[in-house]
Amino acid sequence: MKLQPNEYARMVQRASPPSAVGRDCLWAFFVGGGICLLGEVLRQFFLRWYDAPMAGTLTSIALIFLSAVCTVAGWYQKLAAKAGAGTLVPITGFANSVVSPAVEFKAEGWVPGTGARIFAIAGPVIAYGTAASAAWGVLYWLLGKVG
Amino acid sequence: MVTRKDDTILFDRPPVIAAWAAAGGKKEGEGPLAKAFDLLVQDASFAGEGCANWEQAESLLQQKAAAACLRKGGVSRKEIDLVLAGDLQAQCTASNYALRALGAPYAGVYGACSTMAETLALAACLAAGGMARQLLAMTSSHFCAAERQFRTPLVYGAKRTPTAQWTATAAGACLLRAPGQRGVRVRSVTFGRVQDYAVRDINNMGAAMMPAAASTLLRYFAASGTEPADFDAVFTGDLGAVGSALLGEQMAREGVPLPNHRDCGCLLYDAACQDVQAGGSGAGCSAAVLCAQILPALQRGDLRRVLLVATGALMSQTTFLQGESIPGIAHCVELERGEDA
Repeated sequence: MKLQPNEYARMVQRASPPSAVGRDCLWAFFVGGGICLLGEVLRQFFLRWYDAPMAGTLTSIALIFLSAVCTVAGWYQKLAAKAGAGTLVPITGFANSVVSPAVEFKAEGWVPGTGARIFAIAGPVIAYGTAASAAWGVLYWLLGKVG
Repeated sequence: MVTRKDDTILFDRPPVIAAWAAAGGKKEGEGPLAKAFDLLVQDASFAGEGCANWEQAESLLQQKAAAACLRKGGVSRKEIDLVLAGDLQAQCTASNYALRALGAPYAGVYGACSTMAETLALAACLAAGGMARQLLAMTSSHFCAAERQFRTPLVYGAKRTPTAQWTATAAGACLLRAPGQRGVRVRSVTFGRVQDYAVRDINNMGAAMMPAAASTLLRYFAASGTEPADFDAVFTGDLGAVGSALLGEQMAREGVPLPNHRDCGCLLYDAACQDVQAGGSGAGCSAAVLCAQILPALQRGDLRRVLLVATGALMSQTTFLQGESIPGIAHCVELERGEDA
């Protein structure tokens, strides 16, 4: 066949339609912004009764709860199919990444299914997030010694 | 009785496809081929029929396609000498469990999305060689079972790229008989060679599989002394919009343009309004298009002679994560309307 892998890579690139970046960005901006706006509304609501740190914590909890409910109902995935990073980046996206495998792998049982695979997607974020915070902690401690 | 030219096996006395059936889910029932399916279900989880998970649901879908095919062929399962079946689930379990219920002699086949042509080709060889009188060739795929195995959980929020393809929830079954009987004739089969042109994007399977389709077609045309104009249509299985465009470009470069090319992945859904990105895929996609559109058209006489070139991407989740490129395969089956069909 008259075809080389490197020239084929160029052919594939030409033939593959790119993502609609402008439209995707608008979706991500407005949906992501909308989720953050909802968070702020919730925070103002909680501030009526609680101090700022507690209101912030309750806001996170409420968003995670709402995301879990929407995930199980299948709504979050439908929104994310349009919004992309707009639903992935906020805390609701993280909740979706934990709840969705928990639901999906329940078919394999509570322990080998849900239990073992609940962090299949969020696991790397948790592992490297923890490692990064430990490294930063050591650095922070060393900076304190010097300063 | 059988002539071999290069990779192509030509049957002097062609075995026949005597009956066929296609089953599909909700999205397939909203597509352009809806009316041609033998069975469409609104709820492809089959929860109402006791299925506890997607894997069982796919198996039941395949069983239903097999039952419909046997019914249309007027044969009982006891009269089947061999079933060749495969699917996308690890270890081909959808087929394994379907055959647990069917109880016929069974050989499992894995060719990813090329499985329909592969089982059909193998079954044709066995029927032509007198090793079996009646065989079933069948495959299935299920969107939900494939997503959880190859991609992410169903309710995980992710955006699909425009080059991605949608795994069909569909199954197709064909009843093959020894030469000399009524049905659509299998004139020749060509088993493909694995082609790998270093495509690593799991969301661009059409591009990964195109070289395999082109390679098999070129070998077939050279060996059989035919050209695309000798056929009413050349159907590829699941190249989608991107792979189809690439195939057109490559075949033109080879000096064998394919004006009558159609792709099962583009036929099963209406890409403009069904949100399937580049088109359909999955072992059940070409199986369903074969059984719902191609074989009925050959029977009616709307088509007289066609090629079905089903393509498969032969990677696994493991090899993909290890950074391996995606090897493709394509098997070709030449189908012809029988004079008495």
